[in-house]
Amino acid sequence: MRKASFPGGVHPPENKLTSHISIKEFPIPDEVVIPLQQHIGAPNQPLVKKGDRVFTGTLIGKSEKYISSPIFSSITGVVEDIGNYPHPVLKRAPAIRIRREGEDELDPVIKPPSHPEELTPEELRRIVWEKGIVGMGGAAFPTHVKLSPPPEKKIDTLIINGAECEPYLTCDERLMIERGEEIVRGVEIIVKILSPKRVIIAIEDNKPEAIEKMRKCVEGKGNFEVKELKTKYPQGGEKQLIKALLNREVPSGGLPFDVGVLVQNVGTCLAIFEAVYKGKPLYERVVTVSGQVENPGNYKVRLGTAVRKVIEWTGGWRENGDLVIFGGPMMGIAQSSLDVPVIKGTTGILFLQSEKWVEYPCVRCGRCVDVCPVRLIPTQIMKAVKFGNIELLKEYHVLDCIECGSCAYICPAQIPLVQYIKVGKEILRRKK
Amino acid sequence: MKEIKLKIAPAPFIHSPLSIPRLMYGVILCLLPALFWGIYYFKIQALYLILACVFGTLFTEFLFCKVRGKELTLKDGSALLTGILLAMVLPPYLPLWMGFLGGVVAIALGKEVFGGLGYNIFNPALVGRAFLMASFPQHLTTWKIARGGFLHYDTITQATPLAQTLPKFGGKINYPLVKLLMGTHAGCLGEVPALLLIIGGLALLVFRLADYRIPLSCISTVAFLTGIFYLKGLSPSPLFHLLSGGLLLGAFFMATDPVTTPYTPKGRWIFGIGMGVLVTSVRLFGGYPEGVMFSILVMNAFTPLINRLTKPLPLGVKK
Repeated sequence: MRKASFPGGVHPPENKLTSHISIKEFPIPDEVVIPLQQHIGAPNQPLVKKGDRVFTGTLIGKSEKYISSPIFSSITGVVEDIGNYPHPVLKRAPAIRIRREGEDELDPVIKPPSHPEELTPEELRRIVWEKGIVGMGGAAFPTHVKLSPPPEKKIDTLIINGAECEPYLTCDERLMIERGEEIVRGVEIIVKILSPKRVIIAIEDNKPEAIEKMRKCVEGKGNFEVKELKTKYPQGGEKQLIKALLNREVPSGGLPFDVGVLVQNVGTCLAIFEAVYKGKPLYERVVTVSGQVENPGNYKVRLGTAVRKVIEWTGGWRENGDLVIFGGPMMGIAQSSLDVPVIKGTTGILFLQSEKWVEYPCVRCGRCVDVCPVRLIPTQIMKAVKFGNIELLKEYHVLDCIECGSCAYICPAQIPLVQYIKVGKEILRRKK
Repeated sequence: MKEIKLKIAPAPFIHSPLSIPRLMYGVILCLLPALFWGIYYFKIQALYLILACVFGTLFTEFLFCKVRGKELTLKDGSALLTGILLAMVLPPYLPLWMGFLGGVVAIALGKEVFGGLGYNIFNPALVGRAFLMASFPQHLTTWKIARGGFLHYDTITQATPLAQTLPKFGGKINYPLVKLLMGTHAGCLGEVPALLLIIGGLALLVFRLADYRIPLSCISTVAFLTGIFYLKGLSPSPLFHLLSGGLLLGAFFMATDPVTTPYTPKGRWIFGIGMGVLVTSVRLFGGYPEGVMFSILVMNAFTPLINRLTKPLPLGVKK
């Protein structure tokens, strides 16, 4: 069978150093810093004040806005402070600092529902919202919103994204191998909400163990199938995945539901399962810690744990590292502080050595055009940005860029094309 | 725990091993077999001519960097490559000062006046050759081969295979293809050994130093068109056309110059086909025996237009 793939893309060294390392649980930190905003959408308002006692799983912040996702305490202790703290995406943002005190205790209000099978789609969506579930693949878009497409948009295919195309990252791979059954039960909850005709679990072919495990898990489930994807970056991009598996193109500026598709990450499915069957709010997640650390691995981490602690628990930094990246090496974010906390969308923490690139003028070799999975012309966008030419920016569709970094990765002139594109998008947004 | 100074950088944090110098030196490596053959076959004079051309290009690049107060760009390999390519498309026994002058013009008028690396419209080496062709037509169309030792030898004037064979010059000889493959005939310094050029050209494609589309479409177009005329008895065989003149060097090494050829995949097909049509037309109907240089320069001029017309429609964008 031909493996599904999309046109373009690159194949960086996979560096999946932690594929065969089982998920281990980190100790509970003495202190956590939980940002009020960990998702795409409206920020939460704090529901606690300094000095309040909280349990693990206690709701500590929420918003009345629909596109938002509540946050929970990840340890049992006392609220120390509410203020501005380092944030992995927003640099600094309001957060609640909690100091550990006493035994780790789950909030007594958390109870599994008595008959989870009998819940209606509406009730299930409500649970997904109330338990703070967001896209765990990194984007952190509130899942209840994704599960509520407009009624005229019928979802016929549900794609479960287990591609994990970023180098180094292996948390999804381990989750599929170790918790495949629960992931499939999570998928069944989504199926109940949206009743798609087909469910495709898509995994890159560099994860044979995960593919085998998921195949076993969906045996006997009629409309479920596991599909192998060619290992190529950015195979796990939502639009690339849809193109690869269904040969449908999500319209420019549109969303997957415009072509009848919903894509969910495997980690999100597990979180949905735990929320519905165990009543568990999202206060911890599995993070791949890799690169120049003594003990790389896949660790279950309480949200709000500082990178500093992660380094300590993984045996310290091997010499020469100077980059701390949240996410993968292609699309991740470099951190300026060791105090940034793990948040809902943190897929990996990488400790790498920065490399010095020498930038040359563009020689118009067209490699960026060859690899662009969106069929853009990055070099022309760069020129449009340099000239500040708005017409040209529109003509070259800068807003369609998914910022996957393939062009910058391949560029022999080592031009930071993604940076130019980000500036180009900003120019257009300001003009509006 | 020791504190570490963290660096901030934009994603991606990893990069392919590709770089501009690697690209340039990679192409030079692929040219070496044919270049060495040229030196061996045309003797020490060929080496002198290469040095004269390279000295011309490097010297001019150096001057422009100094005058502009820019950092020296000699190390990126681009001027070196231009010099080597220029020498390869010149008659081996050209006076050395002409080679030097060609190198100066290639860099000055071919590249630097447009703003340096990445901004020129025409292939610099071919600009240098076109200049020499216009200034010293006699010298640029006199072909010789050498007999004797490497340092001491006699030269004999000999027509190129194309001039001997094309019907428009009254040629009817069935030229031995083995001679073309081996490169034992008169011609430009680096254009004669077809086999070595094919090996170098394939290496260029295998190591992804150039895109396959232009060489493939150009060579197939020439083969197809000359094939038609061959069947009508109006042309030497397509194989003769592919192996003779500057087609292989041009298609593999000059029409793949990134700067002066299209960056869109579709555009590269068009460039190659256009070049093939022009080469065939000049060879069969033009006044010159060979048309590779003109074809590439003409297609270079069309490149911006081709790029515009072949702009791909982004994923999910409707017409």
